[in-house]
Amino acid sequence: MMYEIRFHGRGGQGAVTAAALLCRAGFLAGKKGVQAFPLFGAERRGAPVKAFARIDDEEIVLASQIYEPDYVFVFEEWLIEYAIEGLKKDGWMIINTKKKPEDFDLDCKIATTDATGIALSNNLKVAGFPVINSSILGAFPKVCEEIKLEHITQAIKNYWPGDIGKNNAHACEQAFNATEVKE
Amino acid sequence: MIPLSKPKKGASGKTGMWRTEKPVLDKERCTNCLLCWVFCPESAIYRTEDKVEIDYEYCKGCGVCANECARGAIKMEEE
Amino acid sequence: MLGREEIERKKIKEEGTTVIETGNHAVSLAAKFARADVVAAYPITPQTQIVEEIAKFVENGEMNAKFIRVESEHSAMAACIGASATGARAFTATSSQGLLLMHEMLFAAGGYRLPIVMANVNRSLFPPWNILVEHSDSLAQRDTGWIQFYCASNQEVFDTTIQAFKIAEEVNLPAMVNLEGFIMSHTHMPIELPMQDAVDRFLPRREHLWKLDVDNPGTFGSMSNPEYYVLMRKGIEDAMKEARTKILDVNTEFEREFGRKYEPIECYKCEDAETVIFAMGTIGKESKRAVDELRNEGVKAGVARIRLFRPFPEESIKSIAEGKKIIIFDRDCSFGKGGVLSTEIRSVLDKPASSYVVGIGGLDVPYTTIKKCVERANGQKDEWITEVHP
Repeated sequence: MMYEIRFHGRGGQGAVTAAALLCRAGFLAGKKGVQAFPLFGAERRGAPVKAFARIDDEEIVLASQIYEPDYVFVFEEWLIEYAIEGLKKDGWMIINTKKKPEDFDLDCKIATTDATGIALSNNLKVAGFPVINSSILGAFPKVCEEIKLEHITQAIKNYWPGDIGKNNAHACEQAFNATEVKE
Repeated sequence: MIPLSKPKKGASGKTGMWRTEKPVLDKERCTNCLLCWVFCPESAIYRTEDKVEIDYEYCKGCGVCANECARGAIKMEEE
Repeated sequence: MLGREEIERKKIKEEGTTVIETGNHAVSLAAKFARADVVAAYPITPQTQIVEEIAKFVENGEMNAKFIRVESEHSAMAACIGASATGARAFTATSSQGLLLMHEMLFAAGGYRLPIVMANVNRSLFPPWNILVEHSDSLAQRDTGWIQFYCASNQEVFDTTIQAFKIAEEVNLPAMVNLEGFIMSHTHMPIELPMQDAVDRFLPRREHLWKLDVDNPGTFGSMSNPEYYVLMRKGIEDAMKEARTKILDVNTEFEREFGRKYEPIECYKCEDAETVIFAMGTIGKESKRAVDELRNEGVKAGVARIRLFRPFPEESIKSIAEGKKIIIFDRDCSFGKGGVLSTEIRSVLDKPASSYVVGIGGLDVPYTTIKKCVERANGQKDEWITEVHP
């Protein structure tokens, strides 16, 4: 089965890298077909950005954007209205928020984690901006059985060798533990 | 259609959403020198009868105005 | 500069493994594995990462090459021509406006019969500014005497670049490997890297048949009478014909060495198809999904993805098209005539074919759109698709 994942963030938060990391985690989980790409246009700090990832057992033939994702990542609550568009009926929305899944009235399954808080507590900042990609990915193994936490942390450590990778992997684990879900 | 574009307010949408810090003007300190008005790359500062105003719907929070203000009358504050 | 030990460690980590990288990175890695001697390039979106990465390889000692910084793409190609004329293996990469600026020098490379290899990241042309994919930039270089490949995955980009060096050096023609802006250049996909010694075996050092040599003086491209000029121009056309068979040989040899099979046209479910889609690049790949869905609905469709545009694989196209309804997708346009690929394919067919111009300026082309086009194609008129979901 092919998983299609869409990321909604703002320029500088690391949504594009999150997609790249998740597809690497998929590969480590034994998936042959993985793909991650950004939607380019406004490459400006603060502007809304989209990124995509596909994970499949077979080589992926699709190169178009994802219009009906199985999972969406929402880096900031105000992006929910964009993220919900096309999300499959039984799809998951993973939200970076201090709130609980019960606090949202949405027609989909919801997972929440305070990725910004965790990123800041681990001092994951670039140019003063919290970079939450490694943290928010920690929520994914809670909502997708085939990708385990160790696949994601390993992908993070491979991507950033040394201490940077370790710090990010630590944040990812913390976010995993802090994730709450509502089916 | 030909590739000729005309200036228009908000052609890229409400770019104020991009902001993480916002410029706040202290009108007491402001001398209405208009440096901020000149330097704002987005034309999001406009002249009024009482000195200048910042249009937060379109200000992206770049901080150029705060940097240019000779009187230190504009401060960047967290959103 | 990395120490010798560090370079060895990095090589061991890389060689023979599968990495997940962007199409741009696939190109840089291929240039490194192919042991290019000289790289002269100028950065342009969306190709910049190729140049950055190669500069890094050269700087840290991983790649034993001369990196020449130039002031324009015209100069980049001029430097590659100079390097190749002395017998060096020359490589460059560009995109869009950069390729257009090279145009004059492309003819020179083709005319001098120099086996330069270039990666072109397909991008729309100005005006208005647009940095997303379109095939118009490279198709506008159709007549320059360059072999042209169009890829659809990062693995294919890597493999085709390695093959391009071999093919170019065997027929003495420059070769261009095209990958699509952002859709491939910035998309992370798995790339299986070979062992360096296998690449060295496949692509040995080859003495150029002719080169500039101070001990044996000569001049490239001086004034020529029509009597000689015509023979030299015919030589380019003959070399292109020769390339048709050489490419097949190189494909076979590559498969034997690396286990991956490439053909000038990649066919998917064409044999028993009633309708065949012709396309290049990722549209040809995405069409596979459209074909699967159409077949589920009872429409016997297939797709032929054209990988080799110059020399044009006429005979294969004729035999694939025989007895089928033909639908051609172009991500380009020759204004006043329509899709370039359509024009070329129709020139070898003896029947009408439907033509769609799609994905202009990077407009997304999902398989659902391809499917819709196939469903309504009637072979009568050409159509532009100007919406993502028409």
